[in-house]
Amino acid sequence: MTGSRLDPWIDSYAARAMGMTASEIRALFAVASRPEVVSLAGGMPYVDALPMEAIADTVQRLLLTRGSVALQYGNGQGDQTLREQIGEVMAPVGVSAHPDDVVVTAGSQMALDLVTRVFCDPGDVVLVEAPSYVGALGVFRAYQVEVRHVAMDDNGLVPEALEEALAVCRAEGRRVKFIYTIPSYHNPAGVTQDQSRRERILAIAQNAGILILEDDPYGLLGFDGEVPQAIRAMDSESVVYLGSFSKTIAAGLRVGWAVAPHAVREKLVLAAEAATLCPSNFAQLTVSEYLRTQPWMDQVKAFRELYRERRDALLTGMQQLFPPSTTWTVPAGGFYSWVTLPDGIDATAMLPRAVSQLVAYVPGTGFYVDGQGRDSMRLSYCHPTADRISEGVRRLAGVIESELELIHTFGNAPVHLPPGPATPGPDLA
Amino acid sequence: MSVVVLAGGLSAERDVSLRSGRRLAEALRSEGMDVSVLDLDAALLPSLQADPPRVVIPLVHGAAGEDGSLADVLEALGVPYVGSGAVACRLAFDKAIAKGILAERGVLVPRGYSLPHGIFRDLGAPAVMAAILERLGLPLMVKPTRGGSALGATLVRTAEELPPAMVAAFAYGDSAMLEQYVPGTEVAVSVVDLGDGPVAWPAVEIQPRSGIYDYAARYTAGETEFFVPARISAAQADECARTAVMAHETLGLRDWSRVDFMVTDEGVYFLEANVAPGMTETSLFPQAAVAAGFTLGKVAAALVARH
Repeated sequence: MTGSRLDPWIDSYAARAMGMTASEIRALFAVASRPEVVSLAGGMPYVDALPMEAIADTVQRLLLTRGSVALQYGNGQGDQTLREQIGEVMAPVGVSAHPDDVVVTAGSQMALDLVTRVFCDPGDVVLVEAPSYVGALGVFRAYQVEVRHVAMDDNGLVPEALEEALAVCRAEGRRVKFIYTIPSYHNPAGVTQDQSRRERILAIAQNAGILILEDDPYGLLGFDGEVPQAIRAMDSESVVYLGSFSKTIAAGLRVGWAVAPHAVREKLVLAAEAATLCPSNFAQLTVSEYLRTQPWMDQVKAFRELYRERRDALLTGMQQLFPPSTTWTVPAGGFYSWVTLPDGIDATAMLPRAVSQLVAYVPGTGFYVDGQGRDSMRLSYCHPTADRISEGVRRLAGVIESELELIHTFGNAPVHLPPGPATPGPDLA
Repeated sequence: MSVVVLAGGLSAERDVSLRSGRRLAEALRSEGMDVSVLDLDAALLPSLQADPPRVVIPLVHGAAGEDGSLADVLEALGVPYVGSGAVACRLAFDKAIAKGILAERGVLVPRGYSLPHGIFRDLGAPAVMAAILERLGLPLMVKPTRGGSALGATLVRTAEELPPAMVAAFAYGDSAMLEQYVPGTEVAVSVVDLGDGPVAWPAVEIQPRSGIYDYAARYTAGETEFFVPARISAAQADECARTAVMAHETLGLRDWSRVDFMVTDEGVYFLEANVAPGMTETSLFPQAAVAAGFTLGKVAAALVARH
C-alpha cells in the first residue's frame, strides 16, 4: 500500500536538492522579524540612512528621460556606462579594470553563483575560510562542491594553513578549483587581512596555480577611513574580484559585479545570459544615475560613522555584560563580530532561549559545512540602532548566564541536534 | 460575515502558525467568507475593538496561543471564537497534565516524568537522571512539557545522550518531559464537533522517512509518508477513535482538536492532544478532513456558523 508524500515530484528532484528541508533554525528566525525582537542576526544594511528624496528624484528623472531604456532588456554583460563607473568605484581599493572586464550581476551573490557554475563540477574542491560566508556555502552546496575550511586568526586566512590544505589536496590527488576569501571586514568573522597577509596568500595561490575568488562587499566600510587594497590590485590574472552596491548604496537594487580575466569574463557573460538574459536595466541605470548625480562617497562616509557607532555599542555592551570567558573579534569595518561562547555552550541549542527573550543571532554552525562553530555566533550591528543593540546585548548576556547555569546542572556534554540545514534566509546572510 | 484568523505570535512556532493561518484563510475565502489574518501583537486588540469580527479563529501555536491565555483574552473581550476554552487549553497544553488525566480514565500512556530545571539543579542532575533511567530504561523521548512541532524533542538512545537532550528541551521552556519511548505506528486522530457531538475522523498514519517525526519531517513535503486510513486493524482504529473522542471530552476541548497516539500490539498509547491543530500544507488535520469527505473550508465554515 502506498501512502501520500504530499509531493508527487519527490522522486524527481536532483541530488543537489537533498537536504533542502524545513529547519528549526529557520523557524526561529521567523520570530526574529518581529519588532519586539532585537535582531543581531540580520546582515541588512541600514538603508533608512539613504537620502530617499534624492533617490526618488533620481528614479523619477530616469523614468522620464530614459524610461524606454530602463524598462527594456539590456546587455548581458551589463550597462556600458555603469561598467565604466564601477571602474571609478573600485579605484579606492586599487582595482583598475577596463569596462570590458566587468560583468554586472544581480548582487555579487549571482556573481558567486556564476563563477562556481563556470569552474566547478560536482566533487571539485574549493577552499574557504573557517568560518565563511553562509551565502557562498549555499552556492557551493548547490553545485555539489566539496568545501574545505582553512583556519583564520585575527588577521584573517592563515597562510600556513592554506599551504597545508593545498598540500593535503595535492597528496589526495584532488584538484582545488579556487580559494574563496573575504579579505576585508570578513563576514562572519569581522577580521581583515593586512597587506603582507594578502601578499602571502596571493603568492601561495600563484605558486599553486590556483585562482583566488575575492569577495569584497565591505571594502569601503572601514571605520578609520583607510581602505584596504584588494588582492586583485596586485594581480589581474589570478584573481576574480566580486564587488557590490548592496552595502554602499542599496541591497534592494541587487546590483553587484565581477571583475575577471578576459577568458573567464567571456564565460561568465555566457553563463549570465543563460541564467537571466541580462541584469535589470532599471536597477543598473538607477545606480548609474545615483553615482552620476549624488555625492555617493559622502554617503559611504555617513554609513561608516553610523556603523562605527553601532559597533562601539556592541563592543561596549559585550565588554560590560558578557561572562568573562566569552571572547569576540573587534571589527575595524563592516557589519559583524564573531563571538566565541564559554565552554560547553552550544549556540544553536541556545537560540530558542534567546528568541524567547527577544534577541536573535546567527549560530556559528551556519558558517561551516562540517558542523564546526557550535561554540560561536555571529552578531551583526548594521541594522538596529545603538540603543537597541545595547538592549539586545543585555538580553543576550542574560540568556548566556541562564545557559551556563543549565550546562552547569547537566554537565558539559555536546548537544546533538537533529540534522538539517542551519542556514538562515537571504535577509540574514 | 467577517472572520479573523489569528496567526503568528512570538513563539518558536510562529512560522508554522503563519502558514496554518494563511491556508485556513484561503479555505474560508473559497467558501465566500470575508477573512483577515491578524498577528498576535499590540495592534490586535484595537483592531478587534474597532471592527469586531463575527468570529475569531485562533491558530496561534505554542504558548499564548495554546496555553489558554489567548482564549481568556478573547473571552474578556466578548469576542466569539472557534476552539477550546481557557481551562481546556491549559489542561491539554501541558502534556504531563493531559496524560495524567487520561491515565486516570484508564487510557494507556507512556510512563514518564515532567520536571522543571530547578529540581535537577537542587537535587543534582546526575542522580535524578540516573533514577529516571533506572525506572524507565532506554530509549527515552525527551521534550518540552509545553509546546509543539517537535521543537526541542530528542529521541535518547544512550545515557550519554540524555544531558544534551535535557539542555535542548529546556531551551524551549522551563519544564521537560522524560518519557519511555513506545515503538509502534504513529497516528493522529482529528476530532470535530459540528453540532452533533465530537466525531473522530479517520486516523492518519505518519511514517517519516528518517524514522523520527521531527520538525523537518513535519514541514517538508515529501519527508513523511501519510496513510489515510492508517494501516492498523479495525479494532485498533476503533480504539483510536473512541479514545480520541474521550480525550476531547475529558479535557473539555471544543469544536476541533487533534489527538496523537502510538499504536502497538499492547494497545493504543495517548501521546498528546492539540487545541490548535496545524493547518499547513503538510499538516494532519486537513488530510483527515479530506478523508472524512470534507474540505478544510467547509469544516471551518461550519464551525464559524456555530458561534
